[in-house]
Amino acid sequence: MKSMIEVENVTFQYKNNEEEIKALKDISIKVKKGEFVVIIGHNGSGKSTLAKHINALLLPTEGKVMVKDMDTKDESNMWDIRQTAGMVFQNPDNQIVATIVEEDVAFGPENLGVTPEEIRKRVDEALNIVDMIEYREKAPHLLSGGQKQRIAIAGVIAMRPDCIIFDEPTAMLDPVGRNEVINTIKKLNKEENITIIHITHFMEEAVNADRVIVMEDGKIVLEGTPREVFTQVEKLKILGLDVPQVTDLAHELVKEGISLPADILTVDEMVMELCRLK
Amino acid sequence: MLKDITIGQHYPTGSAIHKLDPRTKILVTFALIVGLFLVKNFIGYIFVVSFIIMATIISKIPFKYMIKGLKPLYILITITFFINVFMTSGESLFHIGPLNVTREGLYQAVFMAIRLILLVVGTSLLTLTTSPIMLTDGIEHLLNPFKRIGIPAHELAMMMTIALRFIPTLLEETDKIMKAQIARGADFESGNIINRAKSLVPLLVPLFISAFRRADDLAMAMEARCYRGGDNRTRMKELRMVKQDIVGFAVAGTLIAVLVFLRL
Amino acid sequence: MSIKIEKLTHIYNPKSPFETKALDNVSIEIQDGEFIGLIGHTGSGKSTLIQHLNGLIKPSSGKIIINNLDITDTSVKLVEVRKRVGLVFQYPEHQLFEETVYKDIAFGPFNLGLTEKEIKERVKEAMELVKLSYDQLKDRSPFELSGGQRRRVAIAGVLAMRPEVLILDEPTAGLDPRSRDEILQQIKVLHEKYKNTIILVSHSMEDIAKLVDRIIVMHRGKVALTGAPREVFKQSSILESIGLGIPQITFLMDKLKEAGVHLGEDIFTVEEAKEEILKWIRGKRDA
Repeated sequence: MKSMIEVENVTFQYKNNEEEIKALKDISIKVKKGEFVVIIGHNGSGKSTLAKHINALLLPTEGKVMVKDMDTKDESNMWDIRQTAGMVFQNPDNQIVATIVEEDVAFGPENLGVTPEEIRKRVDEALNIVDMIEYREKAPHLLSGGQKQRIAIAGVIAMRPDCIIFDEPTAMLDPVGRNEVINTIKKLNKEENITIIHITHFMEEAVNADRVIVMEDGKIVLEGTPREVFTQVEKLKILGLDVPQVTDLAHELVKEGISLPADILTVDEMVMELCRLK
Repeated sequence: MLKDITIGQHYPTGSAIHKLDPRTKILVTFALIVGLFLVKNFIGYIFVVSFIIMATIISKIPFKYMIKGLKPLYILITITFFINVFMTSGESLFHIGPLNVTREGLYQAVFMAIRLILLVVGTSLLTLTTSPIMLTDGIEHLLNPFKRIGIPAHELAMMMTIALRFIPTLLEETDKIMKAQIARGADFESGNIINRAKSLVPLLVPLFISAFRRADDLAMAMEARCYRGGDNRTRMKELRMVKQDIVGFAVAGTLIAVLVFLRL
Repeated sequence: MSIKIEKLTHIYNPKSPFETKALDNVSIEIQDGEFIGLIGHTGSGKSTLIQHLNGLIKPSSGKIIINNLDITDTSVKLVEVRKRVGLVFQYPEHQLFEETVYKDIAFGPFNLGLTEKEIKERVKEAMELVKLSYDQLKDRSPFELSGGQRRRVAIAGVLAMRPEVLILDEPTAGLDPRSRDEILQQIKVLHEKYKNTIILVSHSMEDIAKLVDRIIVMHRGKVALTGAPREVFKQSSILESIGLGIPQITFLMDKLKEAGVHLGEDIFTVEEAKEEILKWIRGKRDA
């Protein structure tokens, strides 16, 4: 296996009111096993369209998408691909199927035809990982947004995927819920060694990623480690994206002739660097 | 008023009846309904009532709670009662205006009212002791043999589950949209019927749009989780008939036998 | 338009096992033309509070007086309240229902019983305020527009009622940074132009810090903190104890102080921090 996910020269076109729209324009991305990739961009930049390609929910007009060496265009691979690359969506309410938490987590493995004993085991395990085991017999509609989203994540983990694609999982949550979900995602990557593709428009969620990809108008406009990407302050501002306040500050101070490294990302780094000037 | 209806509500106590296989409970309830229509005289009712009382005691559901469930139905029960009182011909007892009350009418009215009450109590016992999801599971299994004649058992059950899952969500949404439109000066409460129907447009259009959007999202989420219909699907909680189910069947069978015997 | 909230308490499902006190003896005074930022967690009572201000829910006890009109008085017509107080709900685009943008924005003014001519004027003005082109968009279906545009149509629908008090419940939730900045900018311009009273509910300390005159922090049905942003952000330990953050820059200043670098205390924008740090560094060089 070369990479976990390989997107090769993918173009995606669709018709909307007789108008041809190119949502993806000749995009290529490779994601290694165990990598944590964050994709950032505005609504309409094509990032969600890209995500749906990896799960074979959409097929490329041109180019190809390979998941663990399986071509998404080959229909016989479809269910293996969806089991390998799970997906968590934006609206926590609209992806929970069952009226009881554990029944919902069981939904995926049930579809895969896993034996009842094994399903039970996986459901308990998945609920433990997302720290929701004590809620297993609750009704999902009584939970908070962050909790619902963790249930959705457990539902995907129970399918034992190698990779999970998060399509703006925090967009509809309050700060507390957002933290819960982000911590869960980090944990999945570090402890369960699951490859993560996290799509968001919150910059601060990208700080811990291995790699950040910035999309605009169906194309990749920036790519690199968080440090490399965030320090392109001018370019990010032109794109209308946020920059962490300290990075912005460092950038402004450097412009004023202060000798600071331009790749400051956290408050602690800033404090350290400023104290060195003392 | 709406929250008084106990039919369709689940009252978990973890009793032996709650733990019965849903199929057993559905079949026994079905048998009870058939049995009720077999009953010809009050002696039959004694058996049915004792059966229901026994079941209620074992289920640990407070009697008060069961009786409360009848409250919203008292109008229906009263109407049935009076229709029977006045519409049955026979030996005249007394008159109320032009209406003639007969001995047979009175007998029939009491008889029918009891039947209705027992029918409601019997079926609410099923839903009170069985979670919606178990009920759905039970129905799916019971309908499975009819798949060959084209009854989509799995799909029906799936539809029921999703409906149950989204009822609270859509109720909450209705409340939210209603408030938002009221804040824009909408009036849902006054005016004649036509005006009121018109005033519902600002509520119903957004509600439908939202329901469709949710349906779309959910379909995609289900596909992403490898849902492809009922074939080759397994279940985490398998339905299994155990000793208690056999006891349940035996008790219900005896009851039916007694009722049939009384009718002969 | 001034608002006076006196000892407001609201209990959901009273006398049942689900009884919850959403608001607990809350008293707040808001001056005419003030721009208020309302912060708090889900369940802190802020949603219940703003729905009271619009007469959508009635208090269990307490009073709300808007410009000498006690809106909790049962004899007050709620239409009168809604003329004065406009409420933009979370995800307001979910309430759009008309065939055209024009008709949807006109719904509120129409319900106020205005004339055709006046309605047209107001729709036009409201669309200008949220930077939507009247000529290009008035006959389009709101459902064909982008997410950010739909949200602006919905906000225009409330602005067209010309409320003297405008309440916005997380108007930027779920939007990308570009649409978010646009909407916040429009709210700012609106306030500068009309000097109306605005209550902005938000989770983002950074956004609030940039816009408002005064912050009200709600926690467990009570007002936990209130004051100008500078004063509120000084209470970083209280904010943290109720699980709310402070702007990253303010946090940086706190950390610098711990490390022995004393700069101004009430700093929360990048601009201010830059000035302070430059002053400090240059001051040392000269010394």
